[in-house]
Amino acid sequence: MNNARQDKVNHPGSWPLYRALVGVGVVCGLLIVSVFVLTGPVIARNEAAALQRAVFQVLPGAIERASFTLGADQRFHGAKEGDATRDQVHAGYDADGRLVGVAIEAQGMGYQDVIRVLYGYAPDRQAIVGMHVLASKETPGLGDKIEKDPAFRANFEALDVTIAANGQSLQRPIEAVKSGAKTLPSQVDGITGATISSKAIASILRNSSARWVPLVYRLRAELEKTGGVDAGQ
Amino acid sequence: MPDSEKVAGRADATAATDEFIKGLWRENPVFVQVLGMCPVLAVTNSAINALAMGLATTFVLVLSNTLVSALRHFIPRQVRIATFILIIATFVTVVDYLIQAISLDLHRALGAFISLIVVNCLILGRAEAFASKNTVSRSILDGLGMGAGFTFALLCLGGAREVLGNGSLFGFALFPASYQPWIVMILPSGGFFTLALWLLLFNHLKLRRQAEQGRVQEVTP
Repeated sequence: MNNARQDKVNHPGSWPLYRALVGVGVVCGLLIVSVFVLTGPVIARNEAAALQRAVFQVLPGAIERASFTLGADQRFHGAKEGDATRDQVHAGYDADGRLVGVAIEAQGMGYQDVIRVLYGYAPDRQAIVGMHVLASKETPGLGDKIEKDPAFRANFEALDVTIAANGQSLQRPIEAVKSGAKTLPSQVDGITGATISSKAIASILRNSSARWVPLVYRLRAELEKTGGVDAGQ
Repeated sequence: MPDSEKVAGRADATAATDEFIKGLWRENPVFVQVLGMCPVLAVTNSAINALAMGLATTFVLVLSNTLVSALRHFIPRQVRIATFILIIATFVTVVDYLIQAISLDLHRALGAFISLIVVNCLILGRAEAFASKNTVSRSILDGLGMGAGFTFALLCLGGAREVLGNGSLFGFALFPASYQPWIVMILPSGGFFTLALWLLLFNHLKLRRQAEQGRVQEVTP
């Protein structure tokens, strides 16, 4: 073993340490930035496509979409693609350019973690016409039936959210009932074995619809085809 | 690694094959070395998640082994761990963006576990124990072999758990609708059960092989 060489390995001085750390840092930094720049547009496109698919799923008949942001003046303004705020809704239009409904994002606590859903509200039918789970960590095989169970999904084909006479609240708030006990069009049939998760969905929709449905109903004219940024196909 | 010393004297071709094969079987990172248990248990609830996680880990492992090996004379011993972690974290970030670009659904399914590849001890372990002491080509082979072994192990777990817990494999239903899936198998506890059974099988095979060679040794846990 060469003693001088061994000494250099054990006491390298500060320059080789700086050189190694800074050199590797610069190379790694450049690599991350280039990959970020290359994949950024693809990821943004994927996200927009996923949102588009979800919006069309909760608004049957819609083939075009435009996003709106609720401003501080309590009116809707056309949203630019990519600016994401909580107070954003997505209007869907049919082939003739008529407003089919509005897709609204909502979230709330489930059994395991926060559940995020997108639901479609059709002002002309005064009903929720579709619901899609965007993110959930519910128990596989039990709680995740909220995404798969066809009988449960049927609840959201025409869930009544008629506005009360005062125009500020709903005639009957959405409520969860036991599986098979649904008697009113504003009730959600629960799932046996997924009681907490199905009740969570009903309460997410109840809270969100109490705020958004009267608002969207009142401002529905602003959401017609003339306003908003066209983000269709 | 004692194995790398053992093969040093052999012909190059044999050594190269051996570098690859050892990770796949004799030194399998999951079933023999029992490394990187966090993703092994957490993401193997379906075969497709297991495959994606295995491939992502292999990608990071091969690239970090390559870079660590290429820079091994340039990195002083005193800062090697910091540098290795930096290199590994870079490739994990790269793979994270790539998966988001390929499929958002897949990214959602793998969740936080992609970022956690950074702390998979398998990768830092191979950088420290192998790549920092061997040539680039042998480090790439080592990375490929260990990655393949890791992917194979994840598939063994993910496949078994999906078949029992969901009645399907890679999303295709295997049984008639009357099959009642064992939901526990795709829950976290099912990961432990399945891993225990595979380890039992691997240790049984190992013991039998040693018995055949006539030198049964005490198995270190």
